[in-house]
Amino acid sequence: MDAVTSSIPLLVFVIVGTIAVASSILVVAMRNPVHSALFLLLTFLCVAVLFVMEGAEFVGAVQVLVYAGGIMVLFLFVVMLINVRNLPDDRILSPYWTGGALVGAAVFVLLVALVRPGVYHEQNDNPRALRSTTVNARHRVVQPDGRTVRKRYTRQQVVGNSEAIGMALYRDYLVPFEVASLFLLVAMVGAILIGKRELGSDDEDVDPQYIVDRVAEEKEIKEAMSA
Amino acid sequence: MPSTSDFLMLSATLFTVGLIGVILRRNMITVLMCIELMMNAVNINLVAFSHMLGSLEGQIFTIFIITVAAGEAAVGLAIIIQLYRLKSSINVDDARNLNG
Repeated sequence: MDAVTSSIPLLVFVIVGTIAVASSILVVAMRNPVHSALFLLLTFLCVAVLFVMEGAEFVGAVQVLVYAGGIMVLFLFVVMLINVRNLPDDRILSPYWTGGALVGAAVFVLLVALVRPGVYHEQNDNPRALRSTTVNARHRVVQPDGRTVRKRYTRQQVVGNSEAIGMALYRDYLVPFEVASLFLLVAMVGAILIGKRELGSDDEDVDPQYIVDRVAEEKEIKEAMSA
Repeated sequence: MPSTSDFLMLSATLFTVGLIGVILRRNMITVLMCIELMMNAVNINLVAFSHMLGSLEGQIFTIFIITVAAGEAAVGLAIIIQLYRLKSSINVDDARNLNG
């Protein structure tokens, strides 16, 4: 019975990993971008399961929320904005596909040659390390001359994975965290600026210079009338 | 429990599939999806090493990579929309000159 229960994680890994690889191949192979996007969603969910298996529950939740929730909706939205109907390429592959396949195979062989002989088999012997954080505390110390002094020290405390990541993000990685928020602001402004429609000749009523000229013209007419 | 090298092998496979997609496909949206796939493969690596070493740094890095991926997807899709307005095509081979 114990052998069966201990082999369950390996079984889950094999099944989820197979689904992830198969759906990622289908992302590349599908002709219709909507199908590609849905298979990409399946891959993201499988990767989230793998994250949870490795003790990264918070990262798995973020993966589902941000990737499967946000980025996929963005992709599907753009696919719908662009008329897919008149896009079907007669050839979906680039003309340099032999070179591309060779480069891909070479990179795969390189990665396998890097990974395979490595000594990555020993597992972390302290499974609580991923869900513990340090807290500041004080304790009383009796000095040799009889006085008691309160001394600060830090100790490890086991909390949840989310809380440990929160403490690390807001304490040890505060500056990168703020820079990331600035990065998101810049990306948002850039996306709006790039994606907005250019002012054409059709909609000159909303051109700011046109409105300014129009206001000045009406002011002149009004002054002429009152004079 | 699968060992760390199992996770690394899976990540290498996903990364290669994404790379081949970036090189071979001509639809720009699919190319962007393959880039997201490669970022996910890297995230698997980071979380696997975080698990192996018993340290939270890998997970923190993963969160930052997810942030960057979100920004990159937003800007990339905006560029694709603008290119589609200009060329009426999202084929990567049609975007050949820099000033439109």
